Amino acid sequence: MIYLKNVVTLEVDRDKCTGCGMCLEVCPHAVLAMEDRRVRIRNRDACMECGACARNCPVGAVSVEAGVGCAAAVINGLLNRQAPSCGCSLDPKNASAGKVGGCC
Amino acid sequence: MKWLQNDSSNKAVLFPMASPQALAAADIALPMRPAGLDQPFVNGAVEGPAGKIPRVSSALTWQDRWGSIKARWGVGRMHYAVDPGLYALGSPDAGSPVLVTANYKMSFDRLREALPGRNAWILVLNTEGINVWCAAGKGTFGTGELVRCIAASGLKDCVGHRELILPQLGAPGVSAHWVRKMSGFTVHYGPIRARDIPAYLDAGLRATLKMRRKTFSLPERAVLIPIELVAALKPAALLVPILVLISGLGGRGAFVQNLIHDGLFSLTALLLAILSGAVLSPLLLPWLPGRAFATKGLAVGLAAAIALLSYWGLDLKSGRDLLLGGAWLLMMPGISAFLAMNFTGASTYTSLSGVRREMRWALPVEIGAGLSGLAVLLVSRFF
Repeated sequence: MIYLKNVVTLEVDRDKCTGCGMCLEVCPHAVLAMEDRRVRIRNRDACMECGACARNCPVGAVSVEAGVGCAAAVINGLLNRQAPSCGCSLDPKNASAGKVGGCC
Repeated sequence: MKWLQNDSSNKAVLFPMASPQALAAADIALPMRPAGLDQPFVNGAVEGPAGKIPRVSSALTWQDRWGSIKARWGVGRMHYAVDPGLYALGSPDAGSPVLVTANYKMSFDRLREALPGRNAWILVLNTEGINVWCAAGKGTFGTGELVRCIAASGLKDCVGHRELILPQLGAPGVSAHWVRKMSGFTVHYGPIRARDIPAYLDAGLRATLKMRRKTFSLPERAVLIPIELVAALKPAALLVPILVLISGLGGRGAFVQNLIHDGLFSLTALLLAILSGAVLSPLLLPWLPGRAFATKGLAVGLAAAIALLSYWGLDLKSGRDLLLGGAWLLMMPGISAFLAMNFTGASTYTSLSGVRREMRWALPVEIGAGLSGLAVLLVSRFF
Protein backbone atom coordinates (compact mmCIF):
# COMPACT_ATOMS: atom_id res chain seq x y z
CA MET A 1 0.00 0.00 0.00
CA ILE A 2 1.23 3.47 -0.87
CA TYR A 3 0.33 6.63 1.03
CA LEU A 4 0.38 10.20 -0.34
CA LYS A 5 2.68 11.03 -3.25
CA ASN A 6 5.62 13.46 -3.15
CA VAL A 7 5.51 14.34 0.55
CA VAL A 8 8.43 12.39 1.95
CA THR A 9 11.56 14.16 3.25
CA LEU A 10 14.01 11.27 2.69
CA GLU A 11 17.38 12.22 1.14
CA VAL A 12 20.42 10.15 0.23
CA ASP A 13 23.87 11.66 -0.26
CA ARG A 14 25.42 9.20 -2.69
CA ASP A 15 28.86 10.76 -2.32
CA LYS A 16 28.95 9.85 1.37
CA CYS A 17 27.52 6.34 0.94
CA THR A 18 29.97 3.50 1.46
CA GLY A 19 27.56 0.77 0.35
CA CYS A 20 27.43 -1.03 3.71
CA GLY A 21 23.76 -1.86 3.15
CA MET A 22 22.63 -1.23 6.72
CA CYS A 23 19.80 1.04 5.51
CA LEU A 24 18.51 -1.67 3.17
CA GLU A 25 18.35 -4.07 6.09
CA VAL A 26 16.33 -1.86 8.47
CA CYS A 27 13.86 -0.38 5.96
CA PRO A 28 10.44 -2.05 6.36
CA HIS A 29 9.20 -0.95 2.93
CA ALA A 30 12.17 -1.60 0.61
CA VAL A 31 12.44 2.10 -0.22
CA LEU A 32 16.16 1.96 -0.99
CA ALA A 33 18.18 -0.09 -3.44
CA MET A 34 21.87 -0.72 -4.07
CA GLU A 35 23.22 0.47 -7.39
CA ASP A 36 26.94 0.49 -8.25
CA ARG A 37 27.76 -0.23 -4.59
CA ARG A 38 25.90 2.88 -3.48
CA VAL A 39 22.38 3.33 -2.24
CA ARG A 40 19.71 5.17 -4.18
CA ILE A 41 16.03 5.87 -3.50
CA ARG A 42 14.04 3.26 -5.37
CA ASN A 43 10.49 3.93 -4.19
CA ARG A 44 10.24 7.31 -2.45
CA ASP A 45 6.46 7.26 -1.93
CA ALA A 46 6.69 4.00 0.04
CA CYS A 47 8.79 5.72 2.73
CA MET A 48 7.02 6.21 6.07
CA GLU A 49 9.76 8.40 7.56
CA CYS A 50 10.41 6.07 10.49
CA GLY A 51 14.05 7.15 10.43
CA ALA A 52 15.57 3.68 10.85
CA CYS A 53 17.86 4.12 7.81
CA ALA A 54 19.20 7.50 8.90
CA ARG A 55 19.78 6.39 12.49
CA ASN A 56 21.70 3.32 11.37
CA CYS A 57 23.80 4.91 8.65
CA PRO A 58 27.35 5.01 10.07
CA VAL A 59 28.48 7.78 7.69
CA GLY A 60 25.46 10.08 7.76
CA ALA A 61 24.57 9.58 4.11
CA VAL A 62 20.82 9.21 4.72
CA SER A 63 18.65 11.92 6.24
CA VAL A 64 14.94 12.17 6.87
CA GLU A 65 12.65 14.30 8.97
CA ALA A 66 11.64 11.33 11.07
CA GLY A 67 8.41 11.00 13.01
CA VAL A 68 5.39 8.82 13.55
CA GLY A 69 2.60 9.21 11.00
CA CYS A 70 -0.19 9.39 13.55
CA ALA A 71 -3.02 11.94 13.36
CA ALA A 72 -3.77 11.66 17.09
CA ALA A 73 -0.13 12.55 17.81
CA VAL A 74 -0.29 15.58 15.51
CA ILE A 75 -3.52 16.76 17.21
CA ASN A 76 -1.90 16.37 20.64
CA GLY A 77 1.04 18.36 19.34
CA LEU A 78 -1.35 21.12 18.25
CA LEU A 79 -3.24 21.15 21.57
CA ASN A 80 -0.06 21.23 23.64
CA ARG A 81 1.88 23.36 21.14
CA GLN A 82 4.60 20.75 21.14
CA ALA A 83 6.07 18.23 18.78
CA PRO A 84 3.64 15.42 17.87
CA SER A 85 3.20 12.93 20.72
CA CYS A 86 0.61 10.18 20.88
CA GLY A 87 0.50 10.24 24.67
CA CYS A 88 0.85 6.47 24.96
CA SER A 89 2.96 6.15 28.05
CA LEU A 90 3.19 4.54 31.46
CA ASP A 91 5.23 7.47 32.67
CA PRO A 92 3.12 9.42 35.21
CA LYS A 93 4.96 12.60 34.19
CA ASN A 94 3.48 12.27 30.69
CA ALA A 95 0.06 11.02 31.74
CA SER A 96 -1.62 14.30 30.86
CA ALA A 97 0.28 14.72 27.62
CA GLY A 98 -2.22 12.69 25.63
CA LYS A 99 -5.55 14.42 25.25
CA VAL A 100 -6.41 12.38 22.18
CA GLY A 101 -5.99 8.63 22.53
CA GLY A 102 -3.04 7.33 20.59
CA CYS A 103 -2.83 3.97 19.01
CA CYS A 104 0.47 2.37 19.89
CA MET B 1 -3.77 25.85 10.22
CA LYS B 2 -0.29 27.24 10.31
CA TRP B 3 0.76 24.66 12.89
CA LEU B 4 0.11 21.89 10.43
CA GLN B 5 2.83 23.11 8.14
CA ASN B 6 6.26 21.66 8.50
CA ASP B 7 7.55 24.56 10.53
CA SER B 8 11.02 24.32 11.93
CA SER B 9 9.89 24.04 15.57
CA ASN B 10 8.51 20.58 14.87
CA LYS B 11 11.50 19.41 12.89
CA ALA B 12 13.21 16.35 14.17
CA VAL B 13 15.89 15.93 11.55
CA LEU B 14 18.17 13.09 12.45
CA PHE B 15 21.85 13.76 12.47
CA PRO B 16 23.20 10.26 12.45
CA MET B 17 26.75 11.31 13.21
CA ALA B 18 25.80 13.19 16.36
CA SER B 19 26.30 11.33 19.58
CA PRO B 20 22.98 9.98 20.90
CA GLN B 21 21.64 12.04 23.75
CA ALA B 22 20.85 10.63 27.19
CA LEU B 23 24.07 8.71 27.27
CA ALA B 24 25.97 10.40 30.05
CA ALA B 25 28.23 8.02 31.92
CA ALA B 26 26.17 8.64 35.06
CA ASP B 27 23.08 7.33 33.31
CA ILE B 28 24.74 4.11 32.28
CA ALA B 29 26.08 3.49 35.76
CA LEU B 30 22.59 3.70 37.30
CA PRO B 31 21.86 0.43 39.05
CA MET B 32 18.86 -1.48 37.80
CA ARG B 33 16.47 -3.55 39.87
CA PRO B 34 16.61 -7.10 38.50
CA ALA B 35 13.44 -8.36 36.84
CA GLY B 36 11.14 -9.72 39.54
CA LEU B 37 10.90 -13.45 40.26
CA ASP B 38 7.36 -13.00 41.57
CA GLN B 39 5.75 -12.08 38.24
CA PRO B 40 2.96 -14.55 37.40
CA PHE B 41 4.52 -15.76 34.12
CA VAL B 42 7.92 -16.53 35.71
CA ASN B 43 8.27 -20.27 36.31
CA GLY B 44 11.63 -20.48 38.04
CA ALA B 45 15.07 -18.96 38.11
CA VAL B 46 18.56 -19.62 36.79
CA GLU B 47 21.68 -18.71 38.75
CA GLY B 48 23.47 -15.77 37.17
CA PRO B 49 26.84 -14.30 38.18
CA ALA B 50 25.01 -11.55 40.10
CA GLY B 51 22.05 -13.45 41.50
CA LYS B 52 18.90 -15.17 40.30
CA ILE B 53 17.57 -14.48 36.81
CA PRO B 54 13.85 -15.17 36.22
CA ARG B 55 13.11 -18.04 33.89
CA VAL B 56 10.17 -18.06 31.49
CA SER B 57 8.68 -20.64 29.14
CA SER B 58 7.61 -20.34 25.52
CA ALA B 59 4.25 -21.85 26.44
CA LEU B 60 1.66 -19.18 27.17
CA THR B 61 -0.99 -19.78 29.80
CA TRP B 62 -4.65 -18.84 29.47
CA GLN B 63 -3.91 -15.80 31.67
CA ASP B 64 -1.32 -14.61 29.13
CA ARG B 65 -3.79 -15.07 26.27
CA TRP B 66 -6.63 -13.40 28.17
CA GLY B 67 -4.27 -10.50 28.93
CA SER B 68 -3.63 -10.05 25.20
CA ILE B 69 -7.34 -10.07 24.42
CA LYS B 70 -8.03 -7.50 27.14
CA ALA B 71 -5.24 -5.25 25.86
CA ARG B 72 -6.66 -5.44 22.32
CA TRP B 73 -9.96 -4.12 23.75
CA GLY B 74 -8.20 -1.38 25.70
CA VAL B 75 -8.63 -2.94 29.17
CA GLY B 76 -5.58 -2.17 31.32
CA ARG B 77 -3.61 -1.64 28.14
CA MET B 78 -1.49 1.24 29.38
CA HIS B 79 -0.30 -0.82 32.34
CA TYR B 80 0.27 -4.12 30.56
CA ALA B 81 3.98 -4.34 31.29
CA VAL B 82 6.66 -6.73 32.51
CA ASP B 83 9.70 -5.75 34.58
CA PRO B 84 12.60 -4.58 32.43
CA GLY B 85 15.82 -6.59 32.73
CA LEU B 86 17.28 -9.94 31.81
CA TYR B 87 15.23 -13.14 31.54
CA ALA B 88 16.16 -16.73 30.74
CA LEU B 89 14.04 -18.58 28.19
CA GLY B 90 14.52 -22.27 28.98
CA SER B 91 18.10 -23.02 30.08
CA PRO B 92 20.42 -20.64 28.26
CA ASP B 93 24.21 -20.80 28.62
CA ALA B 94 27.13 -18.52 27.73
CA GLY B 95 26.72 -19.28 24.04
CA SER B 96 22.95 -18.75 23.79
CA PRO B 97 21.57 -15.91 21.66
CA VAL B 98 20.41 -12.67 23.28
CA LEU B 99 17.06 -11.35 22.04
CA VAL B 100 16.05 -7.79 22.88
CA THR B 101 12.46 -6.62 23.25
CA ALA B 102 10.17 -4.02 24.86
CA ASN B 103 8.47 -4.33 28.24
CA TYR B 104 4.95 -4.29 26.77
CA LYS B 105 3.72 -7.70 27.86
CA MET B 106 2.20 -8.50 24.48
CA SER B 107 5.59 -7.90 22.79
CA PHE B 108 7.31 -10.08 25.40
CA ASP B 109 4.72 -12.86 24.98
CA ARG B 110 4.84 -12.82 21.15
CA LEU B 111 8.62 -13.22 21.39
CA ARG B 112 8.78 -16.13 23.84
CA GLU B 113 5.80 -17.84 22.21
CA ALA B 114 7.72 -17.91 18.90
CA LEU B 115 10.62 -19.87 20.42
CA PRO B 116 9.38 -23.29 21.59
CA GLY B 117 12.17 -25.66 22.54
CA ARG B 118 14.87 -22.98 22.34
CA ASN B 119 17.20 -21.60 24.98
CA ALA B 120 17.90 -17.89 24.84
CA TRP B 121 18.45 -14.78 26.93
CA ILE B 122 15.74 -12.15 26.65
CA LEU B 123 16.81 -8.58 27.43
CA VAL B 124 13.73 -6.44 28.12
CA LEU B 125 14.20 -2.68 27.76
CA ASN B 126 12.12 -0.22 29.76
CA THR B 127 9.82 1.24 27.10
CA GLU B 128 7.17 2.23 29.65
CA GLY B 129 4.87 -0.56 28.55
CA ILE B 130 4.87 0.43 24.88
CA ASN B 131 5.47 -1.98 21.98
CA VAL B 132 8.80 -2.06 20.11
CA TRP B 133 7.86 -0.05 17.01
CA CYS B 134 6.04 2.79 18.79
CA ALA B 135 8.71 2.91 21.49
CA ALA B 136 11.45 3.08 18.83
CA GLY B 137 9.59 6.00 17.26
CA LYS B 138 9.61 7.80 20.63
CA GLY B 139 13.23 6.80 21.31
CA THR B 140 12.46 4.86 24.50
CA PHE B 141 13.40 1.66 22.67
CA GLY B 142 16.64 3.38 21.88
CA THR B 143 20.41 3.42 21.88
CA GLY B 144 20.64 4.96 25.34
CA GLU B 145 18.22 2.57 27.03
CA LEU B 146 19.83 -0.44 25.33
CA VAL B 147 23.36 0.52 26.38
CA ARG B 148 22.16 1.27 29.91
CA CYS B 149 20.27 -2.04 30.09
CA ILE B 150 23.27 -4.05 28.85
CA ALA B 151 25.45 -2.60 31.59
CA ALA B 152 22.86 -2.68 34.38
CA SER B 153 21.63 -6.22 33.74
CA GLY B 154 25.07 -7.83 33.98
CA LEU B 155 24.62 -9.38 30.53
CA LYS B 156 28.37 -9.32 29.91
CA ASP B 157 28.88 -11.85 32.70
CA CYS B 158 26.14 -14.16 31.42
CA VAL B 159 27.31 -14.62 27.83
CA GLY B 160 30.69 -15.24 26.24
CA HIS B 161 29.82 -13.58 22.93
CA ARG B 162 29.02 -9.93 22.20
CA GLU B 163 26.06 -10.20 19.86
CA LEU B 164 22.48 -8.94 20.23
CA ILE B 165 19.43 -9.70 18.13
CA LEU B 166 16.96 -6.81 17.92
CA PRO B 167 13.63 -6.72 16.15
CA GLN B 168 13.98 -4.88 12.85
CA LEU B 169 11.22 -2.48 13.91
CA GLY B 170 13.43 -1.35 16.80
CA ALA B 171 15.81 0.26 14.29
CA PRO B 172 14.11 3.70 14.24
CA GLY B 173 15.30 4.18 17.84
CA VAL B 174 18.59 2.31 17.87
CA SER B 175 21.84 3.25 16.22
CA ALA B 176 23.67 -0.06 15.76
CA HIS B 177 27.13 1.51 15.24
CA TRP B 178 26.75 3.61 18.41
CA VAL B 179 25.69 0.58 20.46
CA ARG B 180 28.85 -1.16 19.34
CA LYS B 181 31.08 1.79 20.19
CA MET B 182 29.50 2.26 23.60
CA SER B 183 28.88 -1.30 24.78
CA GLY B 184 31.05 -3.56 22.63
CA PHE B 185 27.95 -5.48 21.51
CA THR B 186 27.14 -5.96 17.82
CA VAL B 187 23.50 -5.37 16.93
CA HIS B 188 21.89 -7.78 14.45
CA TYR B 189 18.49 -6.73 13.22
CA GLY B 190 16.30 -9.80 13.14
CA PRO B 191 13.02 -10.25 11.31
CA ILE B 192 10.00 -7.97 11.74
CA ARG B 193 7.72 -10.75 13.02
CA ALA B 194 8.69 -12.78 16.06
CA ARG B 195 7.41 -15.97 14.44
CA ASP B 196 10.18 -15.74 11.81
CA ILE B 197 12.93 -15.78 14.46
CA PRO B 198 13.52 -19.59 14.48
CA ALA B 199 14.10 -19.57 10.71
CA TYR B 200 16.35 -16.51 11.08
CA LEU B 201 18.41 -18.19 13.81
CA ASP B 202 18.69 -21.44 11.87
CA ALA B 203 19.86 -19.58 8.76
CA GLY B 204 22.79 -18.10 10.72
CA LEU B 205 21.15 -14.72 11.43
CA ARG B 206 20.00 -14.19 7.87
CA ALA B 207 16.54 -12.77 7.17
CA THR B 208 14.81 -13.27 3.86
CA LEU B 209 13.50 -10.18 2.04
CA LYS B 210 9.98 -11.21 2.98
CA MET B 211 10.88 -11.20 6.68
CA ARG B 212 12.06 -7.59 6.30
CA ARG B 213 8.89 -6.20 4.73
CA LYS B 214 6.09 -4.80 6.88
CA THR B 215 2.70 -5.75 5.50
CA PHE B 216 -0.77 -4.52 6.44
CA SER B 217 -2.99 -7.43 5.50
CA LEU B 218 -6.67 -7.87 6.31
CA PRO B 219 -6.05 -9.90 9.52
CA GLU B 220 -3.39 -7.39 10.62
CA ARG B 221 -5.90 -4.57 10.18
CA ALA B 222 -8.80 -6.49 11.72
CA VAL B 223 -6.97 -7.13 15.00
CA LEU B 224 -6.62 -3.34 15.48
CA ILE B 225 -10.33 -2.61 15.16
CA PRO B 226 -11.44 -3.28 18.79
CA ILE B 227 -9.14 -0.59 20.19
CA GLU B 228 -10.28 1.89 17.51
CA LEU B 229 -13.92 1.09 18.29
CA VAL B 230 -13.46 1.45 22.05
CA ALA B 231 -11.62 4.75 21.59
CA ALA B 232 -14.44 6.07 19.37
CA LEU B 233 -17.36 4.85 21.50
CA LYS B 234 -16.12 6.55 24.69
CA PRO B 235 -16.57 10.15 23.42
CA ALA B 236 -19.67 9.04 21.47
CA ALA B 237 -21.32 7.99 24.74
CA LEU B 238 -21.16 11.66 25.79
CA LEU B 239 -23.03 12.64 22.61
CA VAL B 240 -25.95 10.28 23.27
CA PRO B 241 -27.68 12.33 26.02
CA ILE B 242 -27.17 15.49 23.97
CA LEU B 243 -28.82 13.87 20.94
CA VAL B 244 -31.66 12.54 23.12
CA LEU B 245 -32.32 16.04 24.47
CA ILE B 246 -32.15 17.71 21.06
CA SER B 247 -34.49 15.10 19.57
CA GLY B 248 -36.98 15.12 22.42
CA LEU B 249 -37.29 18.89 22.76
CA GLY B 250 -38.73 20.95 19.94
CA GLY B 251 -40.52 19.30 17.11
CA ARG B 252 -44.28 18.78 16.95
CA GLY B 253 -45.07 15.83 19.22
CA ALA B 254 -44.47 15.01 22.85
CA PHE B 255 -40.96 14.26 24.12
CA VAL B 256 -41.28 10.48 23.77
CA GLN B 257 -42.90 10.66 20.34
CA ASN B 258 -40.13 12.92 19.07
CA LEU B 259 -37.58 10.62 20.58
CA ILE B 260 -38.96 7.59 18.77
CA HIS B 261 -39.29 9.39 15.48
CA ASP B 262 -36.15 11.56 15.33
CA GLY B 263 -33.98 10.40 18.22
CA LEU B 264 -33.77 6.83 17.02
CA PHE B 265 -32.72 8.06 13.60
CA SER B 266 -29.99 10.26 15.07
CA LEU B 267 -28.60 7.52 17.30
CA THR B 268 -28.57 5.02 14.41
CA ALA B 269 -26.79 7.57 12.25
CA LEU B 270 -24.16 8.18 14.94
CA LEU B 271 -23.53 4.46 15.39
CA LEU B 272 -23.29 3.93 11.62
CA ALA B 273 -20.84 6.83 11.31
CA ILE B 274 -18.60 5.24 13.96
CA LEU B 275 -18.81 1.84 12.29
CA SER B 276 -17.90 3.47 8.97
CA GLY B 277 -14.81 5.23 10.30
CA ALA B 278 -13.50 2.79 12.90
CA VAL B 279 -14.49 -0.60 11.44
CA LEU B 280 -15.32 -0.47 7.73
CA SER B 281 -12.59 2.00 6.73
CA PRO B 282 -9.76 -0.06 8.31
CA LEU B 283 -11.15 -3.32 6.92
CA LEU B 284 -11.71 -2.02 3.38
CA LEU B 285 -8.62 0.25 3.42
CA PRO B 286 -6.88 -0.88 0.19
CA TRP B 287 -10.10 -0.88 -1.83
CA LEU B 288 -11.40 2.54 -0.81
CA PRO B 289 -10.94 5.57 -3.08
CA GLY B 290 -8.11 8.04 -2.48
CA ARG B 291 -4.80 7.75 -0.68
CA ALA B 292 -5.53 10.00 2.28
CA PHE B 293 -7.23 8.09 5.10
CA ALA B 294 -9.71 10.95 5.56
CA THR B 295 -10.81 10.58 1.92
CA LYS B 296 -11.41 6.88 2.47
CA GLY B 297 -13.40 7.56 5.64
CA LEU B 298 -15.35 10.33 3.94
CA ALA B 299 -16.35 7.93 1.14
CA VAL B 300 -17.54 5.21 3.53
CA GLY B 301 -19.39 7.74 5.71
CA LEU B 302 -21.14 9.25 2.69
CA ALA B 303 -22.16 5.83 1.38
CA ALA B 304 -23.48 4.88 4.82
CA ALA B 305 -25.43 8.16 5.06
CA ILE B 306 -27.02 7.66 1.65
CA ALA B 307 -27.89 4.07 2.52
CA LEU B 308 -29.45 5.11 5.83
CA LEU B 309 -31.48 7.91 4.24
CA SER B 310 -32.76 5.57 1.53
CA TYR B 311 -33.80 2.80 3.90
CA TRP B 312 -35.13 4.79 6.85
CA GLY B 313 -38.06 6.23 4.94
CA LEU B 314 -37.90 9.84 6.09
CA ASP B 315 -40.73 12.00 4.79
CA LEU B 316 -38.64 14.30 2.63
CA LYS B 317 -41.65 16.55 1.92
CA SER B 318 -41.66 17.56 5.56
CA GLY B 319 -39.16 20.33 6.25
CA ARG B 320 -38.15 18.78 9.57
CA ASP B 321 -37.29 15.37 8.12
CA LEU B 322 -35.45 17.01 5.24
CA LEU B 323 -33.30 18.99 7.66
CA LEU B 324 -32.80 15.97 9.92
CA GLY B 325 -31.57 13.90 6.96
CA GLY B 326 -29.42 16.76 5.71
CA ALA B 327 -27.83 17.21 9.13
CA TRP B 328 -26.63 13.61 9.21
CA LEU B 329 -25.62 13.70 5.55
CA LEU B 330 -23.09 16.29 6.76
CA MET B 331 -22.17 14.76 10.12
CA MET B 332 -21.80 11.10 9.15
CA PRO B 333 -19.03 11.66 6.55
CA GLY B 334 -17.36 14.14 8.90
CA ILE B 335 -17.25 11.72 11.83
CA SER B 336 -16.22 8.80 9.64
CA ALA B 337 -13.43 10.82 8.00
CA PHE B 338 -12.06 11.88 11.39
CA LEU B 339 -12.00 8.32 12.73
CA ALA B 340 -10.41 6.95 9.55
CA MET B 341 -7.80 9.72 9.72
CA ASN B 342 -6.98 8.65 13.27
CA PHE B 343 -6.30 5.14 11.96
CA THR B 344 -3.10 6.51 10.37
CA GLY B 345 -1.47 6.01 13.77
CA ALA B 346 -2.27 2.32 13.76
CA SER B 347 -1.33 1.82 10.12
CA THR B 348 2.08 0.56 9.07
CA TYR B 349 2.86 2.83 6.13
CA THR B 350 1.87 6.45 6.80
CA SER B 351 4.54 9.14 7.15
CA LEU B 352 4.41 12.19 9.43
CA SER B 353 4.78 14.51 6.42
CA GLY B 354 1.85 12.77 4.73
CA VAL B 355 -0.36 12.89 7.81
CA ARG B 356 0.34 16.63 8.20
CA ARG B 357 -0.45 17.19 4.53
CA GLU B 358 -3.70 15.25 4.83
CA MET B 359 -4.76 16.97 8.05
CA ARG B 360 -4.27 20.43 6.57
CA TRP B 361 -7.45 20.00 4.52
CA ALA B 362 -9.14 17.12 6.34
CA LEU B 363 -9.34 18.61 9.84
CA PRO B 364 -11.17 21.81 8.70
CA VAL B 365 -13.50 19.71 6.52
CA GLU B 366 -14.29 17.31 9.38
CA ILE B 367 -14.86 20.05 11.95
CA GLY B 368 -16.86 22.10 9.41
CA ALA B 369 -19.09 19.15 8.47
CA GLY B 370 -19.65 18.25 12.12
CA LEU B 371 -20.53 21.76 13.31
CA SER B 372 -22.70 22.69 10.32
CA GLY B 373 -24.52 19.36 10.63
CA LEU B 374 -25.16 20.04 14.31
CA ALA B 375 -26.47 23.53 13.43
CA VAL B 376 -28.87 22.07 10.85
CA LEU B 377 -30.02 19.48 13.40
CA LEU B 378 -30.81 22.27 15.89
CA VAL B 379 -32.67 24.28 13.24
CA SER B 380 -34.73 21.18 12.35
CA ARG B 381 -36.25 21.23 15.85
CA PHE B 382 -38.12 24.45 15.05
CA PHE B 383 -40.00 22.96 12.08
